[in-house]
Amino acid sequence: MSLGPYASFIVTSYLLVTAVVLFLIVWIALDYRRQTRRLRELEASGIVRRSGRSAADTR
Amino acid sequence: MTLTTTLTDLANPTRFLSLTARVLPWLTAATAILLAIGLYQSALAPDDYQQGATVKIMFIHVPNAWLSMFVWSVMSVAALGTLVWRHPLADVAAKAAAPIGAAFTFLALVTGSLWGRPMWGTYWEWDARLTSVLILFLMYLGLMALWRAVEDPSRAARAAAVLTLVGAINLPIIKFSVDWWNTLHQPASVFRMGGPTLDRSFLIPLLVMAVAFSLLFVTLHLAAMRNEILRRRVRSLQMMQASRQAA
Repeated sequence: MSLGPYASFIVTSYLLVTAVVLFLIVWIALDYRRQTRRLRELEASGIVRRSGRSAADTR
Repeated sequence: MTLTTTLTDLANPTRFLSLTARVLPWLTAATAILLAIGLYQSALAPDDYQQGATVKIMFIHVPNAWLSMFVWSVMSVAALGTLVWRHPLADVAAKAAAPIGAAFTFLALVTGSLWGRPMWGTYWEWDARLTSVLILFLMYLGLMALWRAVEDPSRAARAAAVLTLVGAINLPIIKFSVDWWNTLHQPASVFRMGGPTLDRSFLIPLLVMAVAFSLLFVTLHLAAMRNEILRRRVRSLQMMQASRQAA
């Protein structure tokens, strides 16, 4: 597959999209871990929801 | 089950989280498979007789450009949900969608520039289409700043909903800018009266990539909504903790 004289523009475009999509995925995954960790810490310190159910349980 | 019943059921964040936990693995797999097919088809697509291999940039630029507007449309429906129906998850949906929409808009602008340099001879032109998409990007950033600036989530939700609906005026301007004004950007070539002007060898990879990116948005959006619900639970537990300590 030859990308012709503008190969650098094509490759840069695809790499940039890959980088931004990966950044979004990692950012969302890390945010999930951060929120569930904070909820577990709060529950461990005796702060629970009025319903009594675990706030970190997403199932 | 009617749509109203479904929406009422999903108004319960716990039920929504349970649904998300079940659906996300399937959505992730479907997105990955479709993206792989789309990228394979894009790689095999022939060169355009005018653009050469640069046409391959279209397979990522166009889906990102469509999604930049689609995400704002989703946020506008959510804004109505916040202001009119006071749906508990409406603001969660809007807030979670904004950074994803901003990312798609950023990618549409940059990949468009990278296509424009070899094809138009310039990275940027202040024409109606490019400028209105840049305004959309700035509006996404403004909304994200607003959510961060206002401490009380319900006040932030109402202000953001109003701003989102005002910003929706930009969507038809973006869509029809190429018809209303004389722009460097070409007119619509897929969704137009009389059918697409693209050859099947370009149209099929483009549509596959568009569906793949749409699935990517749905997957990321559901995951980000789940995070936002958990963030609000953290906030309410922290407030309970603070009030106990004060008592």
